[in-house]
Amino acid sequence: MHNRYPNEGMSLIVKTITRFTVWLIFLFGLYIFLHGHLTPGGGFAGGVIIALSYVHLTLAYGRNYVNDVLKKSTMHSLEALASLLAVLVGIIGLYAMGHFLQNFMGVGQLHHLLSAGYIPVMNMLICVKVGMGLYLVFYYLASYHLEEGK
Amino acid sequence: MTLYLMCFFLFLVGVYGAITKRDLIKIILAIGIMGYSVNLFLVLIAYRSGALAPILKEGISVPMVDPIPQALVLTSIVIELGITALMAALAIRIYEKYDTLDITKIRRLKG
Amino acid sequence: MILSQFIFVPLAAAFLIALIARKKENFAAVICMIASLWLFVNSIIAFFRLPEFGGMIMKTTSGWKIPFTIPFVLDNLSAFMLIIISLIGVISAFYALQYIKHFTGKWNFFSLFMLMFTGMNGVVLTGDFFNLYVFMEISLISAYSLVAFGTESEELEAAFKYATMGAITSTMILFGIGILYSFTSTLNMAQVGEIVQQSANKKVIFLVFGLFITGFGLKAALVPFHAWLPDAHPSAPAPISAMLSGVLIKTLGVYTIVRVFFNVFGAPQVVLTILMLLAVLSIVIGGFLSIVQWDFKRMLGFSSVSQIGYVVLGFAIGTPLGILGGVLHLFYHSIFKSLLFLNSGAVEYATGERDIRKLGGLSKDLPITSSTTMVGTLSISGIPPFNGFFSKLIIIIACFQAGNPILGFIAAAVSIVTLAYYLKVQKHAFYGKKKAKQILEKVPFTLKAAMIILAVLCLATSIILIPSIREATVQPIVDTVVNKTQYIDKIIPYLGSI
Repeated sequence: MHNRYPNEGMSLIVKTITRFTVWLIFLFGLYIFLHGHLTPGGGFAGGVIIALSYVHLTLAYGRNYVNDVLKKSTMHSLEALASLLAVLVGIIGLYAMGHFLQNFMGVGQLHHLLSAGYIPVMNMLICVKVGMGLYLVFYYLASYHLEEGK
Repeated sequence: MTLYLMCFFLFLVGVYGAITKRDLIKIILAIGIMGYSVNLFLVLIAYRSGALAPILKEGISVPMVDPIPQALVLTSIVIELGITALMAALAIRIYEKYDTLDITKIRRLKG
Repeated sequence: MILSQFIFVPLAAAFLIALIARKKENFAAVICMIASLWLFVNSIIAFFRLPEFGGMIMKTTSGWKIPFTIPFVLDNLSAFMLIIISLIGVISAFYALQYIKHFTGKWNFFSLFMLMFTGMNGVVLTGDFFNLYVFMEISLISAYSLVAFGTESEELEAAFKYATMGAITSTMILFGIGILYSFTSTLNMAQVGEIVQQSANKKVIFLVFGLFITGFGLKAALVPFHAWLPDAHPSAPAPISAMLSGVLIKTLGVYTIVRVFFNVFGAPQVVLTILMLLAVLSIVIGGFLSIVQWDFKRMLGFSSVSQIGYVVLGFAIGTPLGILGGVLHLFYHSIFKSLLFLNSGAVEYATGERDIRKLGGLSKDLPITSSTTMVGTLSISGIPPFNGFFSKLIIIIACFQAGNPILGFIAAAVSIVTLAYYLKVQKHAFYGKKKAKQILEKVPFTLKAAMIILAVLCLATSIILIPSIREATVQPIVDTVVNKTQYIDKIIPYLGSI
């Protein structure tokens, strides 16, 4: 993506290295949450790693560039939407099967990627929620301008 | 037993820090240490030496690790993350208002 | 009965507000009002339909059998607490509609308000120790943020103090839960209770008692742990002060103490003695510290410490009469303390001032606020026929009956002290010499309506004392608390294996 803020962030070396590494971190986060029902990991761990990839980008390029990649208001909306959908999954379980958060999808075969009922869906929603939420926490904590020795 | 005692000692370190330190950031860190010691305690409860990961499968008779405390630890880590972030935000706002992080100088409430 | 609606309706409302109301601010109030009214109606339905189900409804989440999943348990005590939470919640939300006009980011307020609602409903409904901790943290984190909502320096300071103390004691509660789990290998409350009451060697349980009394005692603001309350409650916006003082300390403190120590651990005498001591300390110290306060809301905060002492004293006596007094005072205190906090909010809204020395003669300018404050004053200091009189009378009689006349005298004496410091407010703020040019703004409609509803309730809830009504409503709650094994016996049959 074209960088409209070339003077912000760190030096050229950092930016160049970041261009290679940030995708790896992001992909690793995707991997962790996609395999959350098979191996250790899951929505929260994957979400934290995805948030870290955005933090990485912010440190290297400055926060205005990240705002171009994914708008802050979009992040807020995604976060709220993901948590709302997670509640909805629970309600669907209630009305379809009789208990809140009950599994209403096929269980599938052990150790297959598409298995374990609604757990991958929940992992995805939690991943979006945690990723966006944690990045926003970082963003707001970092956006205070503190003046030293006042 | 030594491990449990050391875990309790870590808990007491956290309590000591939270009670005696004057710096807001140090108080937040001390609360974090308390949380870590409790997480460590929960994991220690679940641990069995030589046990397997708790995945039910046919033909396995080796003892398995108790999975519940591990789930509890994950949840409590998430909660601690929330509290730490909130307290850090509060500490930053307090620094903006008072220009200090020393709790002996942050005393506008009286009584 | 769908029990999980008490969790997912406010939770979904909170996220819906965060999703929609960021752009359209008016939706926040609408969604919040709809959700809290829904909860209020449903909690009343739940309370009155409970006898059909034999006094207890147990629903598991995710459809598994009990020790493998989290149960939601609705018994008489839980249903009663649900009604209190949603009653005060509905009125505070209605009050907040116009009160928070001057704040920025209104949707944040309503979203956090619904999250606090979720946490309290969850604490009341859950039948699992760790789930109790999780819901407690949900409501506490939203309470910390709501205390700091105004972002003035005092509010931030109070919120940090509250957050520090709350986090330390929450960690202690989690530590206690860990010890309990290692002792019993289960987290289900009924199963824990069964194993603990039957085991022979239970010295380690006393460590759990200590951790839990510290943890829940701080949430209830009993005296050695009360330091956060007089800072945190006055600093919040008035509707939140009403929620915190009226409901939050009762759900997170008193309800959990009653549930854990009476229903699960079978009310051991050592705990009752400690609670009695803490309660008397709270009554006396809270009462006497209130006298010297000049800040209206801060005085109400100290008064909460004193009154929560009465509630815990009622429960700690342990006789059916004492528990009846505790239950009634819990209900009545949530009504009149919320009313008084809403009054103080209205005074602050109209005059911009909280120091009662700088006010005077408000009874002419703010007739409705003045008269409802008078109702609250008479109720809290125990003047018949207002509700506070009856609950305090029952607690004092129970003290004498249980052979503790000294406690009875202390409770009666501090009741007079209560009258003294509330009359101080009346004298300085509402009567006496009028200060020039103090009314900045008129009190809006929703503030007045909320205060009038609560003032009417102060009188109307006295009818619970009529024997036939008492038998139908309060008596089952008292039985739930008094009966040491009923809770366990009713849940144990649901136990199953995978």
